[in-house]
Amino acid sequence: MKPRHKKLIAVSGGVTLLVVAGLLVLNAFRSNLVYFRSPTEILSGEVSTQGVLRLGGMVDKGSVKKIPDSLKVEFKVTDFQKCITVRYEGILPDLFREGQGVITQGRLQPDKVFVADQVLAKHDEKYMPPEVANSLKGKAGPKSACETSL
Amino acid sequence: MFDFLHKYASPRNFYDFAGILIPWLAGVTVVLLAIGLYQGLFLAPPDYQQGQSVRIMFIHVPAAWMSMFVYMVLAGAGAVGLIWHLKLAEMTAAAAAPIGASFTFLALVTGSLWGKPMWGTWWAWDARLTSELILLFLYLGFMALQAAIDDPKRAARAGALLALIGVVNIPVIHFSVQWWNTLHQPASVSSIAKIGAPAIHPSLLWPLLIMAIAFTVFFAVVLLMRLRAEILHRERYTHWVAERIKS
Repeated sequence: MKPRHKKLIAVSGGVTLLVVAGLLVLNAFRSNLVYFRSPTEILSGEVSTQGVLRLGGMVDKGSVKKIPDSLKVEFKVTDFQKCITVRYEGILPDLFREGQGVITQGRLQPDKVFVADQVLAKHDEKYMPPEVANSLKGKAGPKSACETSL
Repeated sequence: MFDFLHKYASPRNFYDFAGILIPWLAGVTVVLLAIGLYQGLFLAPPDYQQGQSVRIMFIHVPAAWMSMFVYMVLAGAGAVGLIWHLKLAEMTAAAAAPIGASFTFLALVTGSLWGKPMWGTWWAWDARLTSELILLFLYLGFMALQAAIDDPKRAARAGALLALIGVVNIPVIHFSVQWWNTLHQPASVSSIAKIGAPAIHPSLLWPLLIMAIAFTVFFAVVLLMRLRAEILHRERYTHWVAERIKS
């Protein structure tokens, strides 16, 4: 075998091994790399609710209540299995609306209300002009996941 | 086959060949960029959720794609340099790194500008954003390593090893949005499940694809220009360079 071939095998084998090893390590850290938790995970006690955590899910339709003359807002976050009420005071991002994904950072209170100090809107991968979005309307699911199925 | 490669991949022949290619590719870049930018910034409709901010995508997404593509070129050239001692491959790796770093930086900055109005934050330590930032550090590390070693052969070897180790980051960037809950949205175009049914409306997809091709050809132009400069520098004591400089 020529030294060139030996090197070829060493390089390709090394890179393959590294990638596999790296992916295995990342897979092991999977749960630690998660940016946010779902309401089910939080309410079932799967994750520690001590300290600051991030709660992610959909803003339940019809659940947003703005308190007049203040920046206070209250809404429910759902993963279509469980719901958590979130209280927040501050400016909401442009993409925040009912039926859209959202990630909130804060603490879970003993009464299971999540008090957030940051609200981020999560965008989905769909991009389309408004006319197309309008024609797709009506295909949406039940109005409120928190009121109906739970 | 290797004899053939050695003849045409000799720095001298490649220098002349690249000189012919550059003006043509530059012309293609200008035309594609003009079409893509006009379509993206003026003709494409605003998005139903993001409004006009969607237009940042036409720079952000091609830049992010290129940041990964250039890294694969860099690592590939590094591997070829390691195995076959092809001088041109070593120079390609050195020439590609700053371009890739620029694309990565552009992707991070445009993403940040989009993130503030849309998500509500400039930055989040989610898996996609963090792995892209690591990519920037890999590029910068590669460049620093090259600059720190005076002997070009040893510099190329060390750089190639670093680049190959860093390859592990590329699938992480790509799949991060599928594997983990991230703030960053999943892939709209480059997902196998979405072939034939992309999550982007054609009126927004076409300008994006044109911009992606424009960025790729632009990369080729800049790479060839940098390679020519690199060849002149490394072969500066040879006869043929002296001849080219005189004429």
